[in-house]
Amino acid sequence: MNALSQEAVTDICESFDSDRTRLLDILIAVQEQHGCVAGEAMDLVAAQLGVSRVEVEGVVSFYTFLYSEPRGKIVIRLCNDVIDRLKGADRVAAGLEEELGIRFGETTADGLFSLEYASCIGMSDQAPAAMVNDLVMPKLGPSTARRGIQVLKENGNADDLRKLLIRDYGDGNNAHDLVRSAVHNNLRQPGPVIFGKMTPGSALQRALAMSPVEVIREIKTARLRGRGGAGFPTGMKWEFTRAAGGDERYLICNADEGEPGTFKDRVILTERPDLLFEGMTVAGYAIGARRGIVYLRAEYAYLRQFLEHVLEERRRLGLLGENVCGRNCFDFDIRIQMGAGAYICGEETALITSMEGLRGEPKTRPPFPAQQGYLGKPTSVNNVETLCCAARILEMGSGWFSSMGTPAATGTKLLSVSGDIRRPGVYEVPFGIRLREVLEICGADEPFAVQVGGPSGRMVGERDFDRTICFDDLSTGGAIAVFGPDRNVPEIAGEYLKFFIHESCGYCTPCRVGNVLLKERLDRILAGNAEEADLEYLEELAQTVKTTSRCGLGQTSPHPVLSTLENFRGEYEKLLSEPTDGQLATFDIQAALGEAKSLTGRESVHFGAERES
Amino acid sequence: MTNQRIQLTIDGRKIEASSGQSILAAAEDAGVYIPRLCWMKGLSPAGSCRVCTVRVNGRPQSACTQPVTPGMIVENDTEELRGLRRNLIDMLFVEGNHFCMFCEKSGNCELQALAYRFGITAPKYPFMFPQRELDATHPEVFIDRNRCILCSRCVRASGELDGKHAFGFVGRGPDKRLAVNAEGGLGDTEVAVDDEAVGACPTGSLLKKRVGFEVPVGARRFDHVTIGSDVEEGTAK
Repeated sequence: MNALSQEAVTDICESFDSDRTRLLDILIAVQEQHGCVAGEAMDLVAAQLGVSRVEVEGVVSFYTFLYSEPRGKIVIRLCNDVIDRLKGADRVAAGLEEELGIRFGETTADGLFSLEYASCIGMSDQAPAAMVNDLVMPKLGPSTARRGIQVLKENGNADDLRKLLIRDYGDGNNAHDLVRSAVHNNLRQPGPVIFGKMTPGSALQRALAMSPVEVIREIKTARLRGRGGAGFPTGMKWEFTRAAGGDERYLICNADEGEPGTFKDRVILTERPDLLFEGMTVAGYAIGARRGIVYLRAEYAYLRQFLEHVLEERRRLGLLGENVCGRNCFDFDIRIQMGAGAYICGEETALITSMEGLRGEPKTRPPFPAQQGYLGKPTSVNNVETLCCAARILEMGSGWFSSMGTPAATGTKLLSVSGDIRRPGVYEVPFGIRLREVLEICGADEPFAVQVGGPSGRMVGERDFDRTICFDDLSTGGAIAVFGPDRNVPEIAGEYLKFFIHESCGYCTPCRVGNVLLKERLDRILAGNAEEADLEYLEELAQTVKTTSRCGLGQTSPHPVLSTLENFRGEYEKLLSEPTDGQLATFDIQAALGEAKSLTGRESVHFGAERES
Repeated sequence: MTNQRIQLTIDGRKIEASSGQSILAAAEDAGVYIPRLCWMKGLSPAGSCRVCTVRVNGRPQSACTQPVTPGMIVENDTEELRGLRRNLIDMLFVEGNHFCMFCEKSGNCELQALAYRFGITAPKYPFMFPQRELDATHPEVFIDRNRCILCSRCVRASGELDGKHAFGFVGRGPDKRLAVNAEGGLGDTEVAVDDEAVGACPTGSLLKKRVGFEVPVGARRFDHVTIGSDVEEGTAK
């Protein structure tokens, strides 16, 4: 840890022009230099940017990857989402704790190691996985984790974690000099849209031969809908943004896939960054933007250098920068904005708020981003996969694209499939594919419950396996988690709730409080202390959270509870107790008396143990 | 903002409004009370408590942030919405540590008054009993976070009316809490006892010292009138 100097903080602020909207970058840089953003640093940053200290503190305390207290030089973040847990993350956790002699949430006395949990690091296909600082360690076992710690301990510093920990690089660009990661793509089924062969510049050349309005028309003719989950027509979004007028507009790529069980963007960013940047440039041309920004989740920081290199290469080829492709008056460039660990920032308005250097809370709508987005300017926020589709539509034509999929859902969809299957990974499938077929190709031998669309989606059973993946039936941003017959469905719903509680921004009442209350009652059911009426209580509470929440997080967080109650009610009923002796099954008198009994050293006169029988 | 008059419907009643107004403000002008907590006249709307949730053409929206549009059909006083609001008020009670019978704000408290309006005598959700900090470092004002409902009225009033930015939020999700603009406590901020921010608190979370019970219980704002009745009677200021 370096001593904090005023000059150092001033330098950092000045390197971002002391621009208040770059607060997140400034804080990340301060932390990189000083190990954390302590109170003193908050004061200095606040003074330098002319904002109040509490605003800076509010931002630091909002993001999981920013700390106001020092952490170890090596921070190990073990992913504890539901898939990682059923692949043995708890055993890895126990091994790490034992080897380091600390618990999760603690730092070793020598200040070298900290142990933390991460909500989802996008590696469900190679779970359990952890991040060691920025380095991703997939497929961990208790012994490999302990061995890793021993190696680090012997070497005693964090200077070249990669050299110490990684023996083999993953496939494809994971082995690239600027990535050098042990992550594997697990690209099981490449399809023509995202993974077909591409020549950088080809889509852009075709786009630039058209007018922006014609480009938008091409996207509309292809009937492209957003791949993030909501399925909003992309052409319309671009049209609104373009029509909003003004002198400045922005194109933002949402590369903050944080839905547990989603990892498709990771593979696109690793293997098809050119296609993505090309799509962004096409979109920028269409909406009349000069600047594009990729909001990259902190968990994918290991890809950053590589992506910067691809951008540099595109600038060199004239595909970015001034007069793109030699076309006068079309200037477009792209920068990468790092996130700092907050799932909510995948919500498009929260993503914009975060990019403006604020707490990543969703904005009030209206106004919509297309009217007033980033820095108050018209902004189109598009998903990684959507922008890739857009590039391909320009390159191959809307007819080619819309010949795939269904009339209402054209093209292909990338699915991230994980869980109790033989071949976890990424599959590019045409829209309209039956869930049953997906389960077959990924080697799900005994699918019992399938979570379609990640935690915010729904849990379906056998009865729904013949339904199709598309916007009007089983809609999904891409995450599909498969659970076998020995898994505990209500417990999985509880895991998803735990995730939402951790990731709620806390802005509105129902999401901040309601999810905690849902978990409390679910835990009571899991503990065998609940009765039939508790299921109705859960349903009503879930409806309140869903109906009154301010943004998509709270509007969907009750889905795991609601859909498991709908499709797996029997699994809940198995756990219910009958009220006995006219007492509530939900109330355990002996547990309630436990503290008093231990203090007095005797049984209750009225509720003594002998009266129980 | 234009002064163009438009028509919309609330609970089946046609009302007139100025375009640019929020549903809540338009309703207020027409003598329709939409229950709310985080909204306060003179402050930008936050839409965070969600108590003013109405259905607009069938879709749930917060009335304080949603602008009126011509022909809009708003449902406000329905069984469903009353139930949702009861649940939200309930959540705010169990999230903190509220003890109305001992609270200096009793009778002047909007949360309590809303509970009475909705007939809530005891919460149906289990209390969470959080550990929350008190801050008595300021000579004339204290913060009792036990009663804070995170409505952000003090945060907005301090920034928008007092120009001091003395309050803010830190933490996320259930850990979100009210903070002050200082490493230490409220006493290290520029807050003055007459600041709009201090008067903006709808509960007993921000209180002036040494004036407790100056107005006796029984003679307070909501002791004999229901919250919102001034709007319904057209006597609201």
